[in-house]
Amino acid sequence: MSLTRNIKYLRKLAKEIRKDVLVMLNEAGSGHTGGSLSVVELLIALFFGKLRHDPKNPQWKERDRFVLSKGHAAPTLYAILAHCGYFPRKELFSLRKLGTRLQGHPDCKFTPGIEVPTGSLGQGLSMANGMALAARLDGLSSRVYVLLGDGEVQEGQVWEAAMTAAHYKIDNLCAILDNNRLQIDGWVSDVMNIDPLTDKWRAFGWATIEIDGHNFEEIFNALDEAEKIKGKPTIIIARTIKGKGVSFFENQAKYHGVAPTKEELERALKELEIA
Amino acid sequence: MEKASLREAYGRTLIELGRENKDIVVLDADLSGSTKTKMFAREFPERFFNMGIAEQDMIGTAAGLAAAGKIPFASTFAIFATGRAWEQIRQSVAYAGLNVKIVASHGGITVGDDGGSHQAIEDVGLMRILPNMTVIVPADAIEMAQVIRTIAYSHGPVYVRGSRIDFPVIYKDKNYQFQIGKGDILREGNDLTIVAMGLMVHFALEAASILSLEGIEARVINMSSVKPIDKELIIDSARKTGVILTVEEHLTIGGLGSAVCEVVAEDYPVLVRRMGIKDRFGISGKPDKLLSYFHLTPKDIAEEAKQVLNGKPRLLRAIG
Repeated sequence: MSLTRNIKYLRKLAKEIRKDVLVMLNEAGSGHTGGSLSVVELLIALFFGKLRHDPKNPQWKERDRFVLSKGHAAPTLYAILAHCGYFPRKELFSLRKLGTRLQGHPDCKFTPGIEVPTGSLGQGLSMANGMALAARLDGLSSRVYVLLGDGEVQEGQVWEAAMTAAHYKIDNLCAILDNNRLQIDGWVSDVMNIDPLTDKWRAFGWATIEIDGHNFEEIFNALDEAEKIKGKPTIIIARTIKGKGVSFFENQAKYHGVAPTKEELERALKELEIA
Repeated sequence: MEKASLREAYGRTLIELGRENKDIVVLDADLSGSTKTKMFAREFPERFFNMGIAEQDMIGTAAGLAAAGKIPFASTFAIFATGRAWEQIRQSVAYAGLNVKIVASHGGITVGDDGGSHQAIEDVGLMRILPNMTVIVPADAIEMAQVIRTIAYSHGPVYVRGSRIDFPVIYKDKNYQFQIGKGDILREGNDLTIVAMGLMVHFALEAASILSLEGIEARVINMSSVKPIDKELIIDSARKTGVILTVEEHLTIGGLGSAVCEVVAEDYPVLVRRMGIKDRFGISGKPDKLLSYFHLTPKDIAEEAKQVLNGKPRLLRAIG
């Protein structure tokens, strides 16, 4: 797929993706609004400006791979995969319905472009490590990207996998952490504090980069820098806003796991139009 | 009686497979000396990953390797493989049907001295209830080698349960080839059928010899393929012998006995008596002492068989 880093175009695309996501969620009547909106720029930067991938041949052996470890952001990933051409855009509105290829959480059995099943939090980094090790064994230059939630790193398995990536010097791996600071029950720092995040990853042997996760320039710079780091894995800690782009969803824990109502959807779409 | 180690058979077969197929990779969680994956590690260090004491990450990494086309064998003790990492096996492996082979050692009470905390007596049940998962419990070292070779070249997630102790050799002079989904009749008899897995297969054969001296002839089946199970053979046995005794080094809930009951209850109801651990945990002790304590010796099996047979005419009358 031909990649672009035309920021103006990508910003416009971000608005389209957000609209799609909100309509999908409203249509489904359930799903995760806040955490889907916080990862829009990160996923767009990957799929439109970084990953070597081929929507016409999702199983291309030499592709870069992406794992959405925070699987509840599936609507955003689906919207982006559709815009890339993995499947028809109209299919987006079948999200979560019986018989759909777009399951509530990412499922590689159904959806082209999905590498592994995710959604039970804490498991994606281990699988990304496995894929990166396989690429190394096969002598491929493929890179593996994995997107984690900040609440997700409360799972112990994440730190097991963090040790593994550093121990085996998995430098064809780049983790991205969606640091929106909220989880279902409230602020991450109130539920189970994970700070200091950057120090923790660095202590586990990772290279760390901190950015604004809604700023395309910063995201691309970080992705390019990560690729140059050898001998250790890299994590990009991206400061984001949960519910980003819709004023009344922003920084609201209660919109973690609920879909917009018809009325909220109309207000949100208007806001996105004006913005 | 010749005995052989299932673990050694596993290690040797891994090396053979490693030479044949560069996609074979092996993972362990700090027990490679015990599980014998160290044998593979010495020959193919670049394809061996010691994951440390982190079973959940081991299973997840194996899933990732499989998703990228590798054939991972992940090993540790049965209790940690199936217990500590059950949800990882469910979500990352079985859910997607990924080609991960989980080969556990130290199944059952014959782990011995370490006690109940280390004796996996629910592992077969935990794996059997997972969709997509194949579950195999080899009866001796020769079958173990055949199982490992078979699963390496068949696609999909598999759980293989091995043991710490050596098992008596059953298949040395027999022309046998393990097949997924097939049971093996080791001895014919019309009075009852004894269905067993793992170490209990040999014990069932010994029990059948004891019974034979008393004029009772038992059909003995090695049901190493616990899932998919050989329904045809179970129903044929139910029809021919009218009564079934199951024997396993596992809880009577959820394991082989339950699997056999599920088949006969739906398709050909006969009396099934289940021998195994009865809804309790293991305790410390030497393996032979533990087998006596839990009434799982050949003599115990023969005794149980006679009791079941005493109930057989009454039961048949009741069915009419």
